[in-house]
Amino acid sequence: MSPIPSIDYIRILPEIILIVFGTIVMMADPLFDDHNDRKSLGVVSAIGVIAAIAATIYQSAPRFHGDGFFNMVRVDAFSIFFHMVVLLVALASILMSFEYLSVQHLKHGEYYGLILYGAVGMGLMASATELVLIFIALEISSISTYVLAGFRRKHAESTESSVKYFLLGSFATAFFLYGVALMFGATGSTQVDTIAAALKNGAPTLAYVAVALMCVGLGFKVAAAPFHTWTPDVYEGAPAPVVGLMSTAPKAAAFAVLLRVLFGTGAPGWFWMIWVTAALSMTIGNLGALVQSNVKRMLAYSSIAHAGYLLVAFAAVKNLENGISAAIFYAASYAAMNVGAFAVVSHFASAGEKYVQIDDYAGLGRRAPVLAGVLTVFLLSLIGIPITGGFFAKFYVFSAALRSSLIWLTIIGVVNSAIGAYYYLRIIVMMYMREPQTEAEVPAVPFGLALALSMSLVATIYLGVLPNRVLGYALQSARDLLR
Amino acid sequence: MHSDHPTITFLISTVTFLVSLHLPARFVNGQSGFQFEQNTPWISTPNIHYHMGVDGISLWLVVLTTFLVPFCVLISWKSIHERVKEFFILMLLLETAMIGVFMALDLFLFYFFWEATLIPMALLIGMYGHERKIYAAVKFFLYTMVASVFMLAAILWLYAKTGTFDFVAIQQAIQGGQVAGFTGAATLLFLGFFIAFAVKVPLFPLHTWLPDAHVEAPTAGSVLLAGVLLKMGTYGLLRFNLGLFPEQARQNAPWIITLAIIGIIYGALVAMVQPNMKKLIAYSSVSHLGFVVLGTFSFTQAGIDGAVYQMLNHGISTGALFMLAGILYERRHTYDLKEFGGLATPMPVYATFFLVITLSSIGLPLMNGFVGEFLILSGAFQARAVYGVLAASGVIWSACYMLWMYQKVFYGNVTVPVNNSLPDLNGRERTALWPMALLALIMGVWPMAWMDSIDATVARVVPVLSGAPVSAHSIPATNEIEKPNVAEVSGR
Repeated sequence: MSPIPSIDYIRILPEIILIVFGTIVMMADPLFDDHNDRKSLGVVSAIGVIAAIAATIYQSAPRFHGDGFFNMVRVDAFSIFFHMVVLLVALASILMSFEYLSVQHLKHGEYYGLILYGAVGMGLMASATELVLIFIALEISSISTYVLAGFRRKHAESTESSVKYFLLGSFATAFFLYGVALMFGATGSTQVDTIAAALKNGAPTLAYVAVALMCVGLGFKVAAAPFHTWTPDVYEGAPAPVVGLMSTAPKAAAFAVLLRVLFGTGAPGWFWMIWVTAALSMTIGNLGALVQSNVKRMLAYSSIAHAGYLLVAFAAVKNLENGISAAIFYAASYAAMNVGAFAVVSHFASAGEKYVQIDDYAGLGRRAPVLAGVLTVFLLSLIGIPITGGFFAKFYVFSAALRSSLIWLTIIGVVNSAIGAYYYLRIIVMMYMREPQTEAEVPAVPFGLALALSMSLVATIYLGVLPNRVLGYALQSARDLLR
Repeated sequence: MHSDHPTITFLISTVTFLVSLHLPARFVNGQSGFQFEQNTPWISTPNIHYHMGVDGISLWLVVLTTFLVPFCVLISWKSIHERVKEFFILMLLLETAMIGVFMALDLFLFYFFWEATLIPMALLIGMYGHERKIYAAVKFFLYTMVASVFMLAAILWLYAKTGTFDFVAIQQAIQGGQVAGFTGAATLLFLGFFIAFAVKVPLFPLHTWLPDAHVEAPTAGSVLLAGVLLKMGTYGLLRFNLGLFPEQARQNAPWIITLAIIGIIYGALVAMVQPNMKKLIAYSSVSHLGFVVLGTFSFTQAGIDGAVYQMLNHGISTGALFMLAGILYERRHTYDLKEFGGLATPMPVYATFFLVITLSSIGLPLMNGFVGEFLILSGAFQARAVYGVLAASGVIWSACYMLWMYQKVFYGNVTVPVNNSLPDLNGRERTALWPMALLALIMGVWPMAWMDSIDATVARVVPVLSGAPVSAHSIPATNEIEKPNVAEVSGR
């Protein structure tokens, strides 16, 4: 076996940095006494993520592009794009957790460590080109999120959330692994390019089964219907900043894997499966969200719906570049607006996550005008109102679908976005048009949260006003993926 | 609480109005295409341009918008007590979006401004309205939002097939038959645009949001809603439904006209039995806007001229009526007609203004409403005599309900004692109402000041619509009694 060239280590540099920082945080945690709120560990983790972002930017130089570690990882525009999404979300989540952890009396440093480790898995999911490595990355990311979901361990619903997520999640990963095994049986390889070469001359029946199984596993991870049932309970119970993280970063990474598996290998026979999943997710997500009274549950159903919109772009197969770049753009803008929305939700929830009912938002426009204004922007973006990222995300997806003549799927999607407007609007109506029910003071926004909020706000509006640059990266990523 | 917000907003909106006056001053009547165009690329994928411009149809709607806003500020000066700053911010945002709607020549930009009017208006209703404000705001938002989604779908389809959002380019591509699959999709596209505009107009039976929105909205909200926002619907019909899909417009004209006529009569009849002043005015809008749609779909020079002119008239007269209703509400906190009676004694100046505007609204000769309604009706007669006959009955109904209301409010003895001590108009209110009343009169006696630019633009639109050349400059082209629109289509 030939020695590993040193350039390969640069191809996993962000992951190395994250592991180092994660381990530092884990080791340093016992050195603090029980009353310390571990803010310094949070700062260390934030620095770690920033370093990883810097490493990703460093990686983006053309000379580092290419395969490493015996064709197991690949650095290209695609992996860099998803690395940036994942890392920025992780950074925002860490920043918004500073205050959350001390308010909720969760003084444990491993929280930050787990976010960093999770980011390692998600990063690898974006760059892995070998199914077993993808599986391992998926597990790394999932296990961190299982633990994070149960972090409010004194609250029954948080524990329930964690256990439910863990049991169903392991089951889903087993499906994925089974699919990987069958794919190996069908093509004799687990490397994406080799599989693609093998499938080029007609696919055996086994490959169809393999693709279906892998789609089931990934469908669970992205919370697409009919594999979505865990989502509302898990999101309701998990700590709010963690929900902000896990509804975006692991999801984006799972979409990256799905793109890699479906398009990188030229896998057969998934078109109608994705079509139906997209239609179902949009419809179930939106209809489910209509009747929720808990904001976190509502946003859970909304995230199911958004997974559906995103999958519409997958079905736009007549113009692959267009469809894939639309999906990638959607993942990025959904991450921006959803993290932002959860940042507000987690700040407003207060100790013990007391205020998470929609009714609690009554009069927020008067009690905390800035916070309410920012949340309004995120909600408008989730509806898909122009000059927000959410608009262009939907726009690219639906126009890609129309170009592939997916008239019915587009109609279902458009009708769904109209339904969706209703429940997002309900919160805005609550905030501005109802009288406050309590006089409870909304705590001032601390620095970390303000930073996280401004990051997502700037991103949401930037993507809505000047989407060209990011769309350009998304197109480049799509080209790299299809190469 | 004293604040400078109204003053600043008033200054800003007045300057905007003055600046907007350079549009009519430097507009070249009869020049083909759009004027004052600005076309700058904004986003490359999708191909969106910041493309703005006006023609004879949109020119006056822009000026109407900038004209009404300062008066809305005047009228809200004292009536908004809390969240004053936000109120005026929303008002200026709304003005921006409304002007954008009338000027945008890029379909995407148009859609953006169209949606952008929605949020400030819904917030104005929901935050500053009366008892059932939330219900009204949400209803307003959902009706318009859901309907405009269909327009978005149609816009996206056009973009997917032509690769551009530019109105002029798409229009040329459609006329040149360069859009693949257009014949199959055209009717759906027409309906996609139509439903968005029909809700906004509002056309019977999609009008149910309007009375709620009006009754609950604060005065300035009602004025802008009736004065400008409804015109966005009729403007859209004219610009997009007729401009992009002339053939489909012709095919669908019979049932659209039928709905418009039902709206005229139904709106008037319902207005007649309203016990609430604002609701009465709201239903009268349904009736008046029915006239505009009728004129638009008559495809005659006179009809469309009249429709455009009537949009302006309705903006002035109904805008003023809502202001007058608001003035009364500020004094008595009710719109209930039973609460009033004999107001001409304590409030003579108010009663005079109310009378002038009422006469303008019912279309008395020498007032602006007459010119618009006359043109529309003569266009309707040209299209089909029965349209004209039925619609003309609406004129009678409108005289009934408006004069009835006037009688109930102003004549007789003062029945409710507190009304005896109502103060008459103050200087600020008079400042707001004088220009309205004067304009209603000037537009009635000297319509050519407006009509010259409207007529020239419409003259270029009509031949495309009717499929036959029409004498270029004439107001009622009386030589064409009945256009064989329907027969022509069924023969296709």
